[in-house]
Amino acid sequence: MPALLKTETKLLLREPLLLFWGVLFPLVLLTVMGLAGDKPDPDLGGLTLVQTYVPVLIAFTFTILGVSALPTALATYRERGVLKRLATTPVRPSRLLGAQMTTSAAMAAATAVLILLLARVAFGVPLPREAPAFLVAVVLAAAALLGIGLLIAALAPRARIAGAIGTMLFFPLMFFAGLWAPRATMGATLRGIGDYTPLGAAVQALQDATAGVWPSAGQLLVMAAYAVVCAFLATRLFRWQ
Amino acid sequence: MEAIEVRNLRKTYGSKVAVEDVSFTVEQGEIFGVLGPNGAGKTTTVETIAGLRVADGGRVRVLGRDPADPELRELVGVQLQDSALPDKLRVGEALSLYAAFYRDPADAGELIAQLGLEKVRDSAFGKLSGGERQRLSIALALIGRPKIAILDELTTGLDPSARRATWALIEDIRSRGVTILLVTHFMEEAERLCDRVAVIDRGRVVALDSPGALGTLREQRLRFRPSAPVEDAVLLSLEDVSSVRREGELIVVSGGPAVVQNVAAALARDGIVAEGLRVEQANLEDAFVELTSYRPEGDTWAGSADVVEAGIASRARGAF
Repeated sequence: MPALLKTETKLLLREPLLLFWGVLFPLVLLTVMGLAGDKPDPDLGGLTLVQTYVPVLIAFTFTILGVSALPTALATYRERGVLKRLATTPVRPSRLLGAQMTTSAAMAAATAVLILLLARVAFGVPLPREAPAFLVAVVLAAAALLGIGLLIAALAPRARIAGAIGTMLFFPLMFFAGLWAPRATMGATLRGIGDYTPLGAAVQALQDATAGVWPSAGQLLVMAAYAVVCAFLATRLFRWQ
Repeated sequence: MEAIEVRNLRKTYGSKVAVEDVSFTVEQGEIFGVLGPNGAGKTTTVETIAGLRVADGGRVRVLGRDPADPELRELVGVQLQDSALPDKLRVGEALSLYAAFYRDPADAGELIAQLGLEKVRDSAFGKLSGGERQRLSIALALIGRPKIAILDELTTGLDPSARRATWALIEDIRSRGVTILLVTHFMEEAERLCDRVAVIDRGRVVALDSPGALGTLREQRLRFRPSAPVEDAVLLSLEDVSSVRREGELIVVSGGPAVVQNVAAALARDGIVAEGLRVEQANLEDAFVELTSYRPEGDTWAGSADVVEAGIASRARGAF
Protein backbone atom coordinates (compact mmCIF):
# COMPACT_ATOMS: atom_id res chain seq x y z
CA MET A 1 0.00 0.00 0.00
CA PRO A 2 2.13 2.90 -1.24
CA ALA A 3 -0.22 5.55 0.20
CA LEU A 4 0.22 4.24 3.74
CA LEU A 5 3.97 3.97 3.29
CA LYS A 6 4.15 7.55 2.03
CA THR A 7 2.05 8.79 4.94
CA GLU A 8 4.03 6.85 7.54
CA THR A 9 7.28 8.22 6.11
CA LYS A 10 5.97 11.77 6.38
CA LEU A 11 4.82 11.15 9.93
CA LEU A 12 8.18 9.66 10.89
CA LEU A 13 9.99 12.70 9.53
CA ARG A 14 7.72 14.93 11.65
CA GLU A 15 9.08 13.46 14.88
CA PRO A 16 12.02 15.74 15.76
CA LEU A 17 12.82 13.90 19.00
CA LEU A 18 13.02 10.61 17.18
CA LEU A 19 15.22 12.08 14.45
CA PHE A 20 17.50 13.54 17.11
CA TRP A 21 17.92 10.40 19.21
CA GLY A 22 17.69 7.89 16.40
CA VAL A 23 19.83 9.58 13.76
CA LEU A 24 21.65 12.70 14.87
CA PHE A 25 22.76 11.65 18.35
CA PRO A 26 24.63 8.49 17.26
CA LEU A 27 26.42 10.50 14.56
CA VAL A 28 27.40 13.19 17.06
CA LEU A 29 28.56 10.57 19.53
CA LEU A 30 30.63 8.92 16.80
CA THR A 31 32.25 12.27 15.99
CA VAL A 32 33.09 12.86 19.65
CA MET A 33 34.62 9.38 19.95
CA GLY A 34 36.56 9.94 16.77
CA LEU A 35 37.98 13.24 17.96
CA ALA A 36 38.80 11.81 21.41
CA GLY A 37 41.51 9.49 20.12
CA ASP A 38 42.50 7.57 17.05
CA LYS A 39 45.24 5.38 18.52
CA PRO A 40 44.66 1.63 18.75
CA ASP A 41 44.06 0.78 22.39
CA PRO A 42 45.29 -2.55 23.75
CA ASP A 43 42.46 -2.42 26.33
CA LEU A 44 40.02 -2.40 23.41
CA GLY A 45 41.59 -5.42 21.76
CA GLY A 46 43.83 -3.25 19.65
CA LEU A 47 40.97 -1.24 18.14
CA THR A 48 40.53 2.51 18.24
CA LEU A 49 37.73 3.96 20.37
CA VAL A 50 35.71 4.93 17.33
CA GLN A 51 36.16 1.46 15.81
CA THR A 52 34.83 -0.08 18.99
CA TYR A 53 31.82 2.16 18.98
CA VAL A 54 30.68 1.79 15.36
CA PRO A 55 28.68 -1.42 16.04
CA VAL A 56 27.51 -0.09 19.42
CA LEU A 57 26.07 3.02 17.79
CA ILE A 58 24.36 0.98 15.09
CA ALA A 59 22.81 -1.06 17.90
CA PHE A 60 21.85 2.20 19.61
CA THR A 61 19.93 3.47 16.57
CA PHE A 62 18.19 0.14 16.13
CA THR A 63 17.17 0.09 19.77
CA ILE A 64 15.79 3.63 19.75
CA LEU A 65 13.72 2.87 16.66
CA GLY A 66 12.69 -0.70 17.38
CA VAL A 67 12.26 -0.89 21.12
CA SER A 68 11.28 2.67 21.98
CA ALA A 69 9.67 4.44 18.98
CA LEU A 70 7.90 1.56 17.23
CA PRO A 71 5.96 0.10 20.19
CA THR A 72 4.96 3.57 21.37
CA ALA A 73 3.66 4.45 17.92
CA LEU A 74 1.73 1.20 17.57
CA ALA A 75 0.26 1.37 21.05
CA THR A 76 -0.77 4.98 20.37
CA TYR A 77 -2.47 3.92 17.15
CA ARG A 78 -4.40 1.26 19.03
CA GLU A 79 -5.22 3.49 22.01
CA ARG A 80 -6.44 6.32 19.81
CA GLY A 81 -8.63 4.11 17.65
CA VAL A 82 -6.53 4.57 14.51
CA LEU A 83 -6.35 0.81 13.95
CA LYS A 84 -10.05 0.41 14.67
CA ARG A 85 -10.96 3.11 12.19
CA LEU A 86 -8.75 1.48 9.59
CA ALA A 87 -10.52 -1.85 10.18
CA THR A 88 -13.69 -0.32 8.68
CA THR A 89 -11.91 0.49 5.38
CA PRO A 90 -10.84 -1.92 2.63
CA VAL A 91 -7.29 -1.70 4.00
CA ARG A 92 -6.47 -4.14 6.80
CA PRO A 93 -4.86 -2.60 9.92
CA SER A 94 -1.99 -5.10 9.53
CA ARG A 95 -0.91 -3.00 6.54
CA LEU A 96 -0.36 -0.07 8.86
CA LEU A 97 1.86 -2.24 11.05
CA GLY A 98 3.73 -3.29 7.94
CA ALA A 99 4.15 0.32 6.83
CA GLN A 100 5.40 1.32 10.29
CA MET A 101 7.94 -1.49 10.37
CA THR A 102 9.10 -0.74 6.84
CA THR A 103 9.69 2.96 7.49
CA SER A 104 11.43 2.24 10.81
CA ALA A 105 13.63 -0.38 9.17
CA ALA A 106 14.46 1.95 6.30
CA MET A 107 15.42 4.71 8.71
CA ALA A 108 17.53 2.28 10.76
CA ALA A 109 19.29 1.04 7.64
CA ALA A 110 19.95 4.55 6.39
CA THR A 111 21.40 5.60 9.75
CA ALA A 112 23.60 2.49 9.89
CA VAL A 113 25.00 3.37 6.46
CA LEU A 114 25.60 6.96 7.60
CA ILE A 115 27.45 5.73 10.68
CA LEU A 116 29.67 3.43 8.59
CA LEU A 117 30.37 6.16 6.04
CA LEU A 118 31.10 8.85 8.61
CA ALA A 119 33.48 6.50 10.45
CA ARG A 120 35.18 5.61 7.19
CA VAL A 121 35.45 9.09 5.72
CA ALA A 122 36.15 11.18 8.82
CA PHE A 123 38.12 8.72 10.97
CA GLY A 124 39.46 6.13 8.55
CA VAL A 125 37.64 3.20 10.09
CA PRO A 126 37.76 0.40 7.54
CA LEU A 127 34.42 -0.82 6.18
CA PRO A 128 33.41 -4.34 7.29
CA ARG A 129 35.76 -6.84 5.71
CA GLU A 130 33.22 -9.67 5.68
CA ALA A 131 30.34 -7.69 4.20
CA PRO A 132 27.83 -10.56 3.81
CA ALA A 133 28.38 -11.58 7.43
CA PHE A 134 27.94 -7.97 8.51
CA LEU A 135 24.69 -7.78 6.58
CA VAL A 136 23.42 -11.00 8.13
CA ALA A 137 24.28 -9.74 11.61
CA VAL A 138 22.60 -6.37 10.95
CA VAL A 139 19.42 -8.01 9.67
CA LEU A 140 19.25 -10.42 12.60
CA ALA A 141 19.90 -7.64 15.10
CA ALA A 142 17.14 -5.54 13.53
CA ALA A 143 14.77 -8.51 13.54
CA ALA A 144 15.47 -9.25 17.21
CA LEU A 145 14.81 -5.64 18.23
CA LEU A 146 11.73 -5.43 16.02
CA GLY A 147 10.43 -8.60 17.67
CA ILE A 148 10.99 -7.12 21.10
CA GLY A 149 9.30 -3.90 20.00
CA LEU A 150 6.26 -5.73 18.67
CA LEU A 151 6.02 -7.77 21.85
CA ILE A 152 6.03 -4.56 23.91
CA ALA A 153 3.28 -3.14 21.68
CA ALA A 154 1.28 -6.33 22.17
CA LEU A 155 1.69 -6.41 25.95
CA ALA A 156 1.39 -2.73 26.89
CA PRO A 157 -2.19 -1.74 27.64
CA ARG A 158 -1.48 1.92 26.93
CA ALA A 159 0.98 3.95 24.88
CA ARG A 160 2.59 5.48 27.97
CA ILE A 161 3.28 2.04 29.36
CA ALA A 162 4.75 0.93 26.04
CA GLY A 163 7.07 3.93 26.19
CA ALA A 164 8.03 3.13 29.78
CA ILE A 165 8.79 -0.52 29.02
CA GLY A 166 10.86 0.53 26.01
CA THR A 167 12.90 2.94 28.12
CA MET A 168 13.36 0.37 30.87
CA LEU A 169 14.66 -2.19 28.40
CA PHE A 170 16.87 0.33 26.66
CA PHE A 171 19.37 0.55 29.53
CA PRO A 172 20.16 -3.16 30.06
CA LEU A 173 20.14 -3.75 26.29
CA MET A 174 22.60 -0.95 25.68
CA PHE A 175 24.66 -1.85 28.74
CA PHE A 176 25.40 -5.30 27.33
CA ALA A 177 25.99 -3.78 23.91
CA GLY A 178 28.81 -1.84 25.56
CA LEU A 179 27.53 1.71 25.35
CA TRP A 180 28.88 2.69 28.75
CA ALA A 181 31.78 0.26 28.94
CA PRO A 182 32.89 -1.47 25.72
CA ARG A 183 32.56 -5.25 25.76
CA ALA A 184 36.35 -5.58 25.56
CA THR A 185 36.64 -3.96 28.98
CA MET A 186 33.98 -6.15 30.59
CA GLY A 187 34.93 -9.12 32.76
CA ALA A 188 34.51 -12.60 31.35
CA THR A 189 31.34 -13.29 33.37
CA LEU A 190 29.65 -10.07 32.36
CA ARG A 191 30.55 -10.60 28.74
CA GLY A 192 29.31 -14.18 29.00
CA ILE A 193 25.95 -12.95 30.19
CA GLY A 194 25.95 -10.32 27.48
CA ASP A 195 26.40 -12.99 24.83
CA TYR A 196 22.87 -14.13 25.59
CA THR A 197 21.33 -10.67 25.24
CA PRO A 198 20.30 -9.55 21.76
CA LEU A 199 22.66 -6.61 21.60
CA GLY A 200 25.58 -8.33 23.30
CA ALA A 201 25.36 -10.94 20.57
CA ALA A 202 24.74 -8.30 17.89
CA VAL A 203 27.72 -6.11 18.73
CA GLN A 204 30.07 -9.12 18.93
CA ALA A 205 28.79 -10.40 15.59
CA LEU A 206 29.19 -6.98 13.97
CA GLN A 207 32.72 -6.66 15.37
CA ASP A 208 33.67 -10.10 14.08
CA ALA A 209 32.29 -9.36 10.63
CA THR A 210 34.10 -6.01 10.60
CA ALA A 211 37.34 -7.79 11.47
CA GLY A 212 36.75 -10.21 8.62
CA VAL A 213 35.57 -13.37 10.34
CA TRP A 214 32.13 -14.91 10.30
CA PRO A 215 30.37 -14.50 13.65
CA SER A 216 29.86 -17.65 15.69
CA ALA A 217 26.66 -19.55 15.06
CA GLY A 218 25.80 -19.03 18.72
CA GLN A 219 25.59 -15.25 18.38
CA LEU A 220 23.50 -15.45 15.24
CA LEU A 221 21.23 -18.02 16.87
CA VAL A 222 20.74 -15.85 19.96
CA MET A 223 19.51 -12.99 17.78
CA ALA A 224 17.35 -15.25 15.62
CA ALA A 225 15.82 -16.81 18.74
CA TYR A 226 14.85 -13.41 20.15
CA ALA A 227 13.36 -12.44 16.82
CA VAL A 228 11.33 -15.61 16.34
CA VAL A 229 10.10 -16.05 19.91
CA CYS A 230 9.15 -12.38 20.39
CA ALA A 231 7.46 -12.08 17.00
CA PHE A 232 5.54 -15.30 17.62
CA LEU A 233 4.34 -14.12 21.03
CA ALA A 234 3.52 -10.67 19.64
CA THR A 235 1.31 -12.04 16.86
CA ARG A 236 -0.45 -14.25 19.41
CA LEU A 237 -0.97 -11.46 21.94
CA PHE A 238 -1.52 -8.38 19.80
CA ARG A 239 -4.90 -6.72 20.24
CA TRP A 240 -6.26 -4.47 17.55
CA GLN A 241 -8.59 -2.50 19.81
CA MET B 1 -33.18 -6.37 -0.27
CA GLU B 2 -32.89 -4.41 2.96
CA ALA B 3 -29.79 -2.32 3.48
CA ILE B 4 -29.39 -3.62 7.02
CA GLU B 5 -31.11 -6.46 8.76
CA VAL B 6 -30.65 -7.12 12.46
CA ARG B 7 -32.47 -10.08 14.00
CA ASN B 8 -32.31 -10.86 17.72
CA LEU B 9 -28.80 -9.50 18.02
CA ARG B 10 -27.10 -10.42 21.27
CA LYS B 11 -23.65 -9.39 22.45
CA THR B 12 -22.03 -9.89 25.82
CA TYR B 13 -18.69 -8.87 27.23
CA GLY B 14 -17.91 -11.47 29.86
CA SER B 15 -20.85 -11.44 32.23
CA LYS B 16 -21.99 -8.01 31.08
CA VAL B 17 -24.79 -8.07 28.55
CA ALA B 18 -24.30 -5.14 26.17
CA VAL B 19 -27.07 -6.07 23.75
CA GLU B 20 -29.84 -8.34 24.95
CA ASP B 21 -32.15 -8.63 21.96
CA VAL B 22 -32.18 -6.04 19.18
CA SER B 23 -34.05 -6.41 15.89
CA PHE B 24 -34.69 -3.89 13.13
CA THR B 25 -34.34 -3.52 9.42
CA VAL B 26 -33.17 -0.48 7.50
CA GLU B 27 -34.50 -0.01 3.99
CA GLN B 28 -32.26 1.24 1.21
CA GLY B 29 -32.23 5.01 0.94
CA GLU B 30 -33.58 5.46 4.43
CA ILE B 31 -32.17 7.57 7.25
CA PHE B 32 -32.60 5.33 10.23
CA GLY B 33 -31.91 6.59 13.74
CA VAL B 34 -30.76 4.63 16.74
CA LEU B 35 -31.63 6.44 19.94
CA GLY B 36 -31.00 5.48 23.51
CA PRO B 37 -29.45 6.53 26.79
CA ASN B 38 -25.73 6.03 27.45
CA GLY B 39 -24.88 2.38 27.88
CA ALA B 40 -28.06 1.21 26.15
CA GLY B 41 -26.10 -0.84 23.62
CA LYS B 42 -26.25 1.56 20.66
CA THR B 43 -22.56 1.63 19.88
CA THR B 44 -22.16 -2.13 20.30
CA THR B 45 -25.05 -2.66 17.89
CA VAL B 46 -23.57 -0.30 15.35
CA GLU B 47 -20.05 -1.71 15.67
CA THR B 48 -21.43 -5.19 15.06
CA ILE B 49 -23.12 -3.94 11.90
CA ALA B 50 -19.84 -2.30 10.87
CA GLY B 51 -18.07 -5.66 11.22
CA LEU B 52 -15.90 -4.54 14.12
CA ARG B 53 -17.48 -6.96 16.58
CA VAL B 54 -18.84 -10.44 16.19
CA ALA B 55 -22.36 -11.07 17.47
CA ASP B 56 -22.83 -13.72 20.15
CA GLY B 57 -26.31 -14.48 18.91
CA GLY B 58 -28.83 -13.52 16.28
CA ARG B 59 -28.29 -12.58 12.69
CA VAL B 60 -26.93 -9.43 11.08
CA ARG B 61 -26.91 -8.83 7.33
CA VAL B 62 -25.61 -5.75 5.57
CA LEU B 63 -26.65 -5.48 1.90
CA GLY B 64 -27.43 -9.18 2.19
CA ARG B 65 -23.91 -10.05 3.32
CA ASP B 66 -22.29 -11.13 6.55
CA PRO B 67 -20.80 -8.05 8.28
CA ALA B 68 -17.36 -9.69 8.14
CA ASP B 69 -17.45 -9.82 4.32
CA PRO B 70 -14.42 -7.80 3.12
CA GLU B 71 -16.38 -6.50 0.13
CA LEU B 72 -18.57 -4.53 2.57
CA ARG B 73 -15.60 -2.36 3.52
CA GLU B 74 -15.94 -0.78 0.05
CA LEU B 75 -19.68 -0.28 0.48
CA VAL B 76 -20.01 0.91 4.06
CA GLY B 77 -18.53 4.17 5.35
CA VAL B 78 -18.15 4.45 9.09
CA GLN B 79 -17.76 7.36 11.43
CA LEU B 80 -16.87 6.06 14.87
CA GLN B 81 -17.41 7.83 18.13
CA ASP B 82 -13.89 7.34 19.50
CA SER B 83 -11.70 6.95 16.46
CA ALA B 84 -8.84 9.28 15.75
CA LEU B 85 -5.96 9.86 13.41
CA PRO B 86 -2.26 10.33 14.14
CA ASP B 87 -1.77 13.79 15.67
CA LYS B 88 0.66 14.97 13.01
CA LEU B 89 -1.41 13.88 10.02
CA ARG B 90 -2.92 16.89 8.21
CA VAL B 91 -6.53 17.17 7.12
CA GLY B 92 -5.79 17.10 3.39
CA GLU B 93 -3.35 14.22 3.83
CA ALA B 94 -5.86 12.21 5.82
CA LEU B 95 -8.47 12.56 3.10
CA SER B 96 -5.98 11.70 0.33
CA LEU B 97 -4.80 8.68 2.31
CA TYR B 98 -8.32 7.40 2.90
CA ALA B 99 -9.28 8.13 -0.71
CA ALA B 100 -6.43 5.81 -1.76
CA PHE B 101 -8.06 2.95 0.16
CA TYR B 102 -11.13 2.82 -2.09
CA ARG B 103 -11.70 1.74 -5.68
CA ASP B 104 -13.85 4.75 -6.61
CA PRO B 105 -13.34 7.51 -4.06
CA ALA B 106 -15.20 10.80 -3.86
CA ASP B 107 -13.39 14.03 -4.61
CA ALA B 108 -11.46 15.01 -1.48
CA GLY B 109 -11.51 18.71 -2.36
CA GLU B 110 -15.27 18.68 -2.75
CA LEU B 111 -15.79 17.00 0.63
CA ILE B 112 -13.39 19.46 2.26
CA ALA B 113 -15.50 22.31 0.87
CA GLN B 114 -18.83 20.70 1.81
CA LEU B 115 -17.72 20.20 5.39
CA GLY B 116 -16.13 23.63 5.71
CA LEU B 117 -12.63 22.30 6.23
CA GLU B 118 -10.80 24.51 3.71
CA LYS B 119 -9.22 26.66 6.40
CA VAL B 120 -7.74 23.69 8.20
CA ARG B 121 -6.72 21.66 5.14
CA ASP B 122 -3.05 21.97 6.11
CA SER B 123 -3.56 21.73 9.86
CA ALA B 124 -2.46 18.69 11.80
CA PHE B 125 -5.19 16.51 13.30
CA GLY B 126 -3.79 17.15 16.79
CA LYS B 127 -4.39 20.88 16.40
CA LEU B 128 -8.02 20.64 15.30
CA SER B 129 -10.94 21.65 17.48
CA GLY B 130 -13.51 19.07 18.48
CA GLY B 131 -15.91 20.27 15.81
CA GLU B 132 -13.25 20.20 13.10
CA ARG B 133 -12.27 16.66 14.05
CA GLN B 134 -15.88 15.64 13.89
CA ARG B 135 -16.32 17.14 10.43
CA LEU B 136 -13.14 15.45 9.21
CA SER B 137 -14.40 12.19 10.61
CA ILE B 138 -17.66 12.60 8.65
CA ALA B 139 -15.70 13.41 5.51
CA LEU B 140 -13.62 10.24 5.96
CA ALA B 141 -16.81 8.19 6.34
CA LEU B 142 -18.01 9.52 2.99
CA ILE B 143 -14.75 9.48 1.00
CA GLY B 144 -15.31 5.97 -0.36
CA ARG B 145 -18.72 6.82 -1.88
CA PRO B 146 -20.44 4.31 0.41
CA LYS B 147 -23.86 2.75 -0.19
CA ILE B 148 -24.40 2.83 3.56
CA ALA B 149 -23.00 5.42 5.94
CA ILE B 150 -22.89 4.56 9.62
CA LEU B 151 -22.56 7.70 11.67
CA ASP B 152 -22.10 7.40 15.43
CA GLU B 153 -22.82 10.63 17.33
CA LEU B 154 -22.79 12.63 14.12
CA THR B 155 -22.97 16.15 15.49
CA THR B 156 -21.63 15.75 19.01
CA GLY B 157 -19.19 18.57 19.62
CA LEU B 158 -20.48 20.74 16.78
CA ASP B 159 -21.83 24.22 17.33
CA PRO B 160 -25.43 24.87 16.23
CA SER B 161 -24.58 26.32 12.82
CA ALA B 162 -22.13 23.52 12.01
CA ARG B 163 -24.75 21.06 13.18
CA ARG B 164 -27.32 22.47 10.78
CA ALA B 165 -24.81 22.47 7.93
CA THR B 166 -24.03 18.83 8.68
CA TRP B 167 -27.73 17.95 8.65
CA ALA B 168 -28.06 19.57 5.24
CA LEU B 169 -25.09 17.55 4.04
CA ILE B 170 -26.63 14.31 5.33
CA GLU B 171 -29.89 15.07 3.55
CA ASP B 172 -27.93 15.81 0.40
CA ILE B 173 -26.10 12.49 0.66
CA ARG B 174 -29.34 10.64 1.20
CA SER B 175 -30.81 12.27 -1.88
CA ARG B 176 -28.05 10.49 -3.81
CA GLY B 177 -29.47 7.18 -2.59
CA VAL B 178 -27.12 6.52 0.32
CA THR B 179 -28.65 4.68 3.27
CA ILE B 180 -27.77 6.27 6.57
CA LEU B 181 -27.67 4.66 9.99
CA LEU B 182 -27.44 7.42 12.54
CA VAL B 183 -26.70 6.97 16.22
CA THR B 184 -27.66 10.04 18.16
CA HIS B 185 -28.86 11.37 21.44
CA PHE B 186 -30.09 14.65 19.98
CA MET B 187 -33.87 14.40 19.63
CA GLU B 188 -33.95 17.42 17.36
CA GLU B 189 -31.50 15.69 15.04
CA ALA B 190 -33.57 12.51 14.95
CA GLU B 191 -36.78 14.47 14.33
CA ARG B 192 -35.22 16.51 11.60
CA LEU B 193 -33.33 13.76 9.75
CA CYS B 194 -34.67 10.31 10.47
CA ASP B 195 -37.40 8.51 8.57
CA ARG B 196 -37.65 6.03 11.39
CA VAL B 197 -35.99 5.61 14.74
CA ALA B 198 -35.38 2.64 17.00
CA VAL B 199 -35.25 3.53 20.68
CA ILE B 200 -32.88 1.15 22.45
CA ASP B 201 -32.75 0.80 26.21
CA ARG B 202 -30.89 -1.80 28.24
CA GLY B 203 -30.00 -3.77 25.18
CA ARG B 204 -33.52 -4.01 23.78
CA VAL B 205 -35.59 -2.11 21.23
CA VAL B 206 -38.38 -0.41 23.20
CA ALA B 207 -39.93 1.49 20.29
CA LEU B 208 -39.56 1.63 16.54
CA ASP B 209 -41.46 4.11 14.41
CA SER B 210 -41.19 7.46 12.68
CA PRO B 211 -40.16 10.26 15.04
CA GLY B 212 -43.53 11.97 14.50
CA ALA B 213 -45.51 8.86 15.31
CA LEU B 214 -43.48 8.22 18.43
CA GLY B 215 -44.20 11.76 19.55
CA THR B 216 -47.91 11.94 18.78
CA LEU B 217 -48.64 8.62 20.39
CA ARG B 218 -48.16 10.56 23.54
CA GLU B 219 -50.57 12.95 25.10
CA GLN B 220 -51.35 16.58 24.46
CA ARG B 221 -51.43 19.26 27.10
CA LEU B 222 -53.33 22.53 27.42
CA ARG B 223 -52.13 25.29 29.65
CA PHE B 224 -54.30 28.36 30.25
CA ARG B 225 -55.50 30.98 32.74
CA PRO B 226 -59.33 30.85 33.07
CA SER B 227 -61.16 34.20 33.17
CA ALA B 228 -63.44 32.73 35.88
CA PRO B 229 -62.95 29.84 38.36
CA VAL B 230 -63.31 26.37 36.88
CA GLU B 231 -63.85 23.17 38.87
CA ASP B 232 -61.34 20.36 38.23
CA ALA B 233 -64.23 17.91 38.29
CA VAL B 234 -65.87 19.64 35.35
CA LEU B 235 -62.75 19.25 33.25
CA LEU B 236 -62.07 15.71 34.41
CA SER B 237 -65.57 14.68 33.32
CA LEU B 238 -64.75 15.59 29.73
CA GLU B 239 -63.93 12.92 27.20
CA ASP B 240 -60.20 12.31 26.56
CA VAL B 241 -59.09 14.28 29.62
CA SER B 242 -56.74 12.25 31.77
CA SER B 243 -55.46 14.74 34.34
CA VAL B 244 -55.89 18.30 35.59
CA ARG B 245 -53.21 20.15 37.50
CA ARG B 246 -52.91 23.68 38.92
CA GLU B 247 -49.79 25.78 38.47
CA GLY B 248 -50.65 28.93 40.41
CA GLU B 249 -53.47 30.49 38.48
CA LEU B 250 -52.74 28.33 35.44
CA ILE B 251 -54.62 25.13 34.73
CA VAL B 252 -52.84 22.29 32.94
CA VAL B 253 -55.12 19.73 31.31
CA SER B 254 -53.60 16.61 29.78
CA GLY B 255 -55.23 13.96 27.67
CA GLY B 256 -55.69 12.31 24.31
CA PRO B 257 -56.17 13.73 20.82
CA ALA B 258 -59.64 15.30 21.52
CA VAL B 259 -58.59 17.12 24.67
CA VAL B 260 -58.11 20.53 23.04
CA GLN B 261 -61.46 20.54 21.29
CA ASN B 262 -63.41 19.23 24.31
CA VAL B 263 -61.90 21.63 26.83
CA ALA B 264 -62.36 24.60 24.49
CA ALA B 265 -66.02 23.67 23.93
CA ALA B 266 -66.71 23.21 27.67
CA LEU B 267 -65.16 26.56 28.52
CA ALA B 268 -67.08 28.33 25.76
CA ARG B 269 -70.32 26.78 27.04
CA ASP B 270 -69.74 28.38 30.46
CA GLY B 271 -68.65 31.69 28.95
CA ILE B 272 -65.13 31.31 30.30
CA VAL B 273 -62.22 32.63 28.29
CA ALA B 274 -58.99 30.65 28.29
CA GLU B 275 -56.36 33.36 28.51
CA GLY B 276 -52.82 32.72 27.36
CA LEU B 277 -53.82 29.34 26.06
CA ARG B 278 -50.96 27.13 24.98
CA VAL B 279 -51.18 23.66 23.51
CA GLU B 280 -48.20 21.41 23.96
CA GLN B 281 -47.77 18.21 22.13
CA ALA B 282 -45.42 15.61 23.49
CA ASN B 283 -42.50 15.32 21.07
CA LEU B 284 -39.88 12.68 20.46
CA GLU B 285 -37.97 13.84 23.47
CA ASP B 286 -40.96 13.24 25.76
CA ALA B 287 -41.49 9.87 24.15
CA PHE B 288 -37.84 9.06 24.65
CA VAL B 289 -37.91 9.99 28.32
CA GLU B 290 -41.05 7.98 28.85
CA LEU B 291 -39.76 4.97 26.98
CA THR B 292 -36.43 4.81 28.68
CA SER B 293 -37.25 5.85 32.27
CA TYR B 294 -37.32 2.65 34.16
CA ARG B 295 -39.17 2.33 37.44
CA PRO B 296 -37.03 0.16 39.66
CA GLU B 297 -39.90 -1.09 41.86
CA GLY B 298 -42.15 -2.28 39.08
CA ASP B 299 -41.81 -3.93 35.74
CA THR B 300 -43.61 -1.17 33.88
CA TRP B 301 -42.20 1.66 31.86
CA ALA B 302 -42.84 5.00 33.46
CA GLY B 303 -45.38 6.71 31.31
CA SER B 304 -47.17 9.29 33.37
CA ALA B 305 -47.33 12.92 32.44
CA ASP B 306 -45.79 13.77 35.80
CA VAL B 307 -42.60 11.99 34.90
CA VAL B 308 -42.43 13.83 31.63
CA GLU B 309 -43.14 17.11 33.39
CA ALA B 310 -40.52 16.49 36.03
CA GLY B 311 -37.99 15.19 33.58
CA ILE B 312 -37.77 17.50 30.65
CA ALA B 313 -40.00 20.40 29.81
CA SER B 314 -41.55 19.73 26.47
CA ARG B 315 -41.32 22.29 23.78
CA ALA B 316 -44.52 23.98 22.79
CA ARG B 317 -45.62 22.91 19.35
CA GLY B 318 -48.43 25.33 18.97
CA ALA B 319 -49.76 28.30 20.87
CA PHE B 320 -52.92 30.23 20.37
